[in-house]
Amino acid sequence: MQATAKDTAELRLGSLEELEKLRGELRAAEDPNHTRIIVCHGTGCIANGSAGVTEALKAALAAAGEDIAVMPGIKTTGCHGFCSRGPLVIIKPKNIFYQQVKPGDAEEIVQKTIKAGEMVESLLYEHPQTGEKIETTEDIPFYAGQQRVVLANIGQIDPTKIDDALRAGAYAGAAKALTNMEPKQVIEAVINSGLRGRGGAGFPTGIKWNLAAKHEGGQKYVLCNADEGDPGAFMDRSVMEGDPHAVVEGMIIGGYAIGADTGYVYVRAEYPLAIKHLEKALRDARAYGLLGENILGSGFNFDIRINRGAGAFVCGEETALMRSVEGKVGEPVPRPPYPSDKGLFGKPSVLNNVETWANVSRILDKGADWFAGLGTEKSKGTKVFALVGKVNNVGLVEVPMGIKLREIVMEIGGGVPGSDHFKAVQTGGPSGGCLPWQDADLPVDFDSLIAAGSMMGSGGMIVMDDRDCMVDVAKYFLGFLEEESCGKCFPCRLGVPRLRETLNRFSKGQGTVEDIDDLYSLAEAIKAGSLCALGGTAPNAVLSTLRYFRDEYETHILEHRCPAGVCKDLITYSIDPEVCTGCRACARACPQNAITGEKKKPHTIDESLCIRCGMCFESCKFGAVQVQ
Amino acid sequence: MLSLTIDGNKVEAEAGWSLLDTARQNGIEIPTLCYHEAVEPFGACRLCVVELRQGNNSRLVASCVYPAEQGLDVYTASEKVNNVRRWILEMLLSECPASSEIREMAAQYGVQTTRFEISDPEQECILCGLCVRACAQVVGANAISTVGRGAQKEIGSPYLTPGDDCVACGTCVTVCPTGAMSARFERVRGVPSVVMARSVKR
Amino acid sequence: MAQTAIDIDIDEIIERYPGKPEYLIFLLQDIQAAFNYISSEALTLVCDHTGVPESQAYAVATFYNSFSLEPKGENLIHVCLGTACHLKGSGLIAENLMRRLGLDGPGTTEDLKYTVETVNCLGACALAPVAVVNGQYQPKVTSPKLMKTVQKLGDE
Repeated sequence: MQATAKDTAELRLGSLEELEKLRGELRAAEDPNHTRIIVCHGTGCIANGSAGVTEALKAALAAAGEDIAVMPGIKTTGCHGFCSRGPLVIIKPKNIFYQQVKPGDAEEIVQKTIKAGEMVESLLYEHPQTGEKIETTEDIPFYAGQQRVVLANIGQIDPTKIDDALRAGAYAGAAKALTNMEPKQVIEAVINSGLRGRGGAGFPTGIKWNLAAKHEGGQKYVLCNADEGDPGAFMDRSVMEGDPHAVVEGMIIGGYAIGADTGYVYVRAEYPLAIKHLEKALRDARAYGLLGENILGSGFNFDIRINRGAGAFVCGEETALMRSVEGKVGEPVPRPPYPSDKGLFGKPSVLNNVETWANVSRILDKGADWFAGLGTEKSKGTKVFALVGKVNNVGLVEVPMGIKLREIVMEIGGGVPGSDHFKAVQTGGPSGGCLPWQDADLPVDFDSLIAAGSMMGSGGMIVMDDRDCMVDVAKYFLGFLEEESCGKCFPCRLGVPRLRETLNRFSKGQGTVEDIDDLYSLAEAIKAGSLCALGGTAPNAVLSTLRYFRDEYETHILEHRCPAGVCKDLITYSIDPEVCTGCRACARACPQNAITGEKKKPHTIDESLCIRCGMCFESCKFGAVQVQ
Repeated sequence: MLSLTIDGNKVEAEAGWSLLDTARQNGIEIPTLCYHEAVEPFGACRLCVVELRQGNNSRLVASCVYPAEQGLDVYTASEKVNNVRRWILEMLLSECPASSEIREMAAQYGVQTTRFEISDPEQECILCGLCVRACAQVVGANAISTVGRGAQKEIGSPYLTPGDDCVACGTCVTVCPTGAMSARFERVRGVPSVVMARSVKR
Repeated sequence: MAQTAIDIDIDEIIERYPGKPEYLIFLLQDIQAAFNYISSEALTLVCDHTGVPESQAYAVATFYNSFSLEPKGENLIHVCLGTACHLKGSGLIAENLMRRLGLDGPGTTEDLKYTVETVNCLGACALAPVAVVNGQYQPKVTSPKLMKTVQKLGDE
C-alpha cells in the first residue's frame, strides 16, 4: 500500500546520533506530569465499546473547554491485559484506573477527576475479597503480581505513532546492534541472554541464529511467526496491536545478526487490527530510515513484508509456514534439511515468533546480563500468558519464568468463580496438556511443564473448573486437530480421528477399560511416527488427562456417567418445580416442543423428545433448569 | 564412504544416500508405500520409519528422507518401529478396505482385522500422493493434485472434473501402489472426444 | 465489507501483484475479499498471471479455510470455537444456530441469505462465548441472543 505523506512520519535518520537527538527532543516536548487520559483500544475493549468511550470523553472535554486549566491529551493504546474489566480508562500521571467505563461516564470523569482531582468511586476496581476500592493500576492484584518486559510499552504508547514508541525507547536496541556491534556479537548477546523461543518448543534462539549465520553470504531470510493459532491464546495479537515496533525492531536485529536483507511476518488473517498497526509501523519505520537501505548509516539494508495467513493452523509449524509464504499448500516437510540450511525459497532462514522477536529488542537494549537475571536457571526472562476460561480476571499477564501456577491463577487471576480451586489448567494449546490442582505449586517454566506432561506452548492458559469434563476437553482438542491436520502423513491423518472416535465412544458411556490401553498404544505410535509436531504432540490432550483424571474416564465407561454434566449422551435436563415460575421462556425456546406446562405453573421436560441442546437452560432467567 | 550400524551390523553408505537406500543396498528390507525411485521422497506414509538410538535417547525418522550419517545406530524392526507400522496398517485396513495390497502387508505384521469403523468399503486410495508427484515430476503435466486437507483430503483434477492438462499417459496408474488410480483415471482424463471438443472451443 | 462483483474489475486485482508463484495466496485472498468467493474463471486468470499450474492453485484454494469456491451468503456469521468459548458452550450455540437455519454443518443456506462458519479462536477470550455477525463482535453471546440478532438480519 502506498503511504500518503499525511499519515506517515517524514524524516530520515542517518545515524545513531540523529536517532538519539530526535528521541531527546520528543521526550523533552512531553511533560511526564501532564494529565493524560488513556483509553484501551485493544480488540477486547473495542468489542466492549471503548471507541464510544473515547468519543464521549473527547466531547466532554470539549464541552468543559475553558474550565480546564491545562487540557489533557487523550491517547488510545493497545491492550492493557485486564480484558474482563474493559473498557478501561487510565488517567496519568497518577495511573488512576477506571474499569467497565461506559460513554455515559465520560462527563463525570471530566468533571470530577480532570477538573476537581477526585475519584469516580463507581468506576474503581473493587478488591474481590476485601471489598476495598483500589485507585491506581499498581495496587490492583492483577497488575501487582506481573513483571512486564515484553508488554512494558503496551498500554503506555499509541501503537500507531512511531514518535510515541521512540519516546518509550523503541529502536535503541537495533541502533546499538547495527552501529556498535558485529553480527557475531549480536548472536553472542542473544545466546548469553539464555532466550528460548516463545513459540512452543523453547529452542535456544541464539543457537538457532548461529546455524543460519554460518552460511556465509548469499540470500537469507528472517521470519516472524504471527500465525497465533492456539485456541485461547492472544499474546501475539496484543503485542502486534499494542507495540508493533518491538517486533519490527527485533527482526531488524535478527536480520543483521544472520545476514538477511528481507523479513516476512506471517500473521493470522483473523487479526485485522494487528495487521493494520503492523503496516503502519512498517511505513513509519521506512520513512524514518529505520527500514530500507543503509539503516542509520550502518550500511545494512533490510525490509519487511507481511503475509496474511489463509486459515490453516498447521502453518504455525515452521516448514509449513515457509511453504505458505511461497504461495503453496501449507504441508510440513521432513527435516533435515533444517530451515537454517534450506528454508524459505530454499535459502537459510530463521523463524521466531512474535514474543521472541519482541524479547530480542529488549535484550539488545538492556543487555544480555539483565535478561539472564530474570526467570530461572534454564528458562530465562518472562512469559506472557493469555489467562482465560473459568478464572475471575480474564486477560493478558506477563510473569517471570518459574512463578507457581497457583500464583498466576489464584492471585493474579483472582481465583476461580465460585470455587477455592481449579480443576485443571490447560497450557500449550492443542499440543499441550491439562495440569491438575495437585500441581498448583508447579513452577511454570519450559522443562517443568514438559515433565508434567504438558508444555509451555505459545502461552495459552485455560482454567477449568468442576463443571468441565476432561473427556470432553480431550475430545475437543482432538476434534480441533482432526480439522487442522494437513493430511500429509499417515499417523496424524488416520490416527487423530481414530483417537477421537474412541473418546466419542467414552463420552457416550460406551467402551471398555481395555480401550484405554489401546489408546495409550495408538497415542505412542502417533507421537513417535508423525512427520511434524502437530501430529507428534496431538495425543498430549488424551495422555495428560488420562494421567491425572483416569477416574473420570472410568466413570464414563463403567458407570455411564459424566460427573461434570457435559457429555450430551450422559446428561438429562430437568426443571426444578420449586424455582420455575411458569414464564414459558424455555417452552418457547425449545426447538423440539419437549417442554410443556401451563402458564405461571411449573413446567416439565419430556426426556424422550429432548435433544439436549441447552436452549431451555440458556433461556431460563431463574436458574430453574438443571443439568444432571 | 560412511560407516554406520543397522540392526547391530556395520554397513557402509555413500554420501547422499538415504537410510532407506543404505538398508536396501545392504539387503535389509524396509516397507514403504509412498516411496518410488522415480520421484522425490516425500516422508508421508511413515511405514519406513526406523529408530535412531543415541545413548539413552531414541527417536523415529522416515528412512526414505533421512540421510545416512557417519556413526548412526539404526534399528529397522524394533518394537517402537513395529508399533507404528502395525497401527498405520490397521488404520489403513479401515480406511481403504478394498486394497488387497494393504491386506497382504498388514498380514505380514500380524494385523488381520481392524478395530475401527469402516466408512467406505470400496476405497482403495491410501493418499500416498505418488500419482500427484509422478504427474508433476516425471510427466510435467501437473494434471492432478491433492484436494482439501486432513481427513477430507482426496486426489483429483481441479473441480474433480476431467481437465485438458492430462496427457493420458497413465503414469499415475503405473506408480499407484494399490491400483486405486486405475478406477479414477477416467475422471481425470475424461472421454477423449469431449476433451478434444473443449480444447477446440478454447 | 465485500463489494459486489460488478463494482470491481478482476484485472485490476490481478495487476496488484507481480506474476510470480509466491503471490498466489495474496491474489486468492484479494479475490475472495472482493467477490466473496473464487470463481473458476478467476482461478484460471490467477494461474495465467502467476504461472502456477491450475491443479496446484486448486489444491491451495481447497487447503486453506478462508477460501470458498462457491458464493457465500449475504450475512456472514462466525461462531468462535476456541477453548475458552468451548468451555462456555459455544459448540451448542453453533449447533443450535445451524439447526435453526436448516444447515447440517457450517455452510451457506440455500437462499444465499446466511453463511455460518466456525472459527478456531478469535483471541477475544474475555468475551467468551463470542460470535461475529457481519464483522460485529457479539460478546457473551447465548443461543437465544444470537438467534434474535440473526433473525433481525433476515427481516431487513
